[in-house]
Amino acid sequence: MEGNLVNVLIYGLVNSAVLMLTSLGFSLTFGLSGVANFAHGGLYLFTGYITWMFLHYLGLPFLPAALFSIVIVGLIGTVIYRLILMPVRGIVLSEVIATFAVGVAILEFFRWRGFVTYEFNLPSFVKGSITIAGVNVDYQRLFIIAIGIGLAVFLWIFSHYTKTGLALRGMAQDEYTALSLGIESDWAAGLSMALGSALAAVAALAILPLGLISINIGYDVLLVALAVTVLGGLESTVGLMVASLLLGYAVIITGTYLSPHWMEVVYLAAIVLGLAIKPSGLFGKFKELEERV
Amino acid sequence: MAKMAYRKERVDRGIKARTDDIFALSSFREILYLVLPRLLVILFLLPLPLFLGTYWQKVMLITLVIALLALSWDLLASVGLVSLGQALFFGVGGYLAGFLSTRWGWYPLFTIPAATLAGAVFCTLLLYPALRLRGIYFGLITFALPLLFMRVIEATKILGGTEGLSSLPPLPGTTIELYILLVVALGCVFGFRRMFDTDYGLVLKALRDNDRSVEAGGINVQWYKAQAVFLAALPATFAGAFLTHHYQFVGMPAFALDYSILPLTSVVLGGAGSFAGAVLGACILVPLSEVLRAFGTLRVVIYSVVLVIFVVGLPEGIFHYLQRKYHQFERLVPMEEVSNGARAGFKGY
Repeated sequence: MEGNLVNVLIYGLVNSAVLMLTSLGFSLTFGLSGVANFAHGGLYLFTGYITWMFLHYLGLPFLPAALFSIVIVGLIGTVIYRLILMPVRGIVLSEVIATFAVGVAILEFFRWRGFVTYEFNLPSFVKGSITIAGVNVDYQRLFIIAIGIGLAVFLWIFSHYTKTGLALRGMAQDEYTALSLGIESDWAAGLSMALGSALAAVAALAILPLGLISINIGYDVLLVALAVTVLGGLESTVGLMVASLLLGYAVIITGTYLSPHWMEVVYLAAIVLGLAIKPSGLFGKFKELEERV
Repeated sequence: MAKMAYRKERVDRGIKARTDDIFALSSFREILYLVLPRLLVILFLLPLPLFLGTYWQKVMLITLVIALLALSWDLLASVGLVSLGQALFFGVGGYLAGFLSTRWGWYPLFTIPAATLAGAVFCTLLLYPALRLRGIYFGLITFALPLLFMRVIEATKILGGTEGLSSLPPLPGTTIELYILLVVALGCVFGFRRMFDTDYGLVLKALRDNDRSVEAGGINVQWYKAQAVFLAALPATFAGAFLTHHYQFVGMPAFALDYSILPLTSVVLGGAGSFAGAVLGACILVPLSEVLRAFGTLRVVIYSVVLVIFVVGLPEGIFHYLQRKYHQFERLVPMEEVSNGARAGFKGY
């Protein structure tokens, strides 16, 4: 029982970091440009597969392959914005449908090409594991925690202390005022899409080594990102962290003490209850009035 | 001499009196102009089940089921509630029908209407707290709900769990089923269109356009939205209950993403807000996906791409495009450059 508790504590933390990393990109794009990038899961998995291809077809070492993938996925994010989102900008429904369709197209394309067998996995950064308080944790999971915290801090500094970050946040807060100060709307949104996609790529590179790459991960990732973002509220790094911790521990606790069947229920219930009870999220400030009638 | 250039001019046909749906009719020819397109569709669809083979009868059945879901989606969207999970209504209707017939052994004649009504009431109550949400937020909650139900059924093993409920009483044969569905679908199309032309429909449309001003008009927004959800749930829960008895089985696939995406794609393809567009979209999409079945999951890719192309390229949808072409005629009118044109005008006469 005691070992179980420590297990829950540690793996809950790992899971929280996984959730935060997964939803960081989605939340960033949504918060900065209001685009709900439903292709998030597709891009996440796309990263996994192209990195795998770089490693196995081109024989690149891991680091360049990973960097290439991040850059490529970031570029794809921009391209999606330019080609698909720009013509329908502002029509929320069309944005959602278009990006969701892109995501599904990517995922099902890989399914069609037969990328579903056991050979598809990514190498972890460093092999091996360490024992903390009697619980075995491999290095990859520690890396995930470190990367999660590092990225969150980096993004916070980026969005609060750099010119570009401030411009993006200005755009999110009041588009017209930002325009009048010479911040270009499409540039900002395109950049936020690129950043969000690149973050999805980073998350994929860190998290995918934990298991096999399978198509359904793409759909799960989208679900997780939605749950965390809805619960945490937009435009709030603290909200994102708290929501990740809440959900991360909730999921591990249900998985350990109830049954693994209920784990996905937690995410879905978080979305439903979060929206029904507090639509602006735990820490959302801005959109509170607009969302309600 | 300025080079003559031509431009296309679109002119409304004179029959349109004032708005899109008020016509000044003064002859049988003009009545025919309005009635003919509707009549042609009905006359084409009614004998169709008799001529189709078994396989294509099944395809038509699925087409009509998706069309009903698309109609339901379109009604919700007309009130400003964008649903990303029609599978919710579909699954609730299906499971209720399955439950009623396994628990109490009711005949389909009773389970289908009961499941339709009870399902619609259930969905309305379920969505009631979410009705104040706008835009994508409502979409998210509807996206999550069917998946949630699916997982809960899997985890709690109620209602047959992963196995589902099987060997339910059948319906009396595909041809009769097709006629029932056809009548319901056509009834919904024309009924909903009629409804949106009444004062009641005006209120519903106003909810989409500006719910705050509706509220300022002293109308209870929440209550009207609930009514709209109830009305929209009816065809979808009916479709669910009906297909349950057709397959004599209901299981977790009833809440699958397919039943959310296909209706949505249909409406986007056909054109939102007209109800006829929803059916048109389903009639194109479902047979198309049957033809593409040989491609395996590539067909999902294909209709995702179709979806993107339509959302970005022809956002009004096919039906509105055709309707515009029908109600307007185009002609070429000479177009001269502005300066030349002005001078020519003075000299000419």
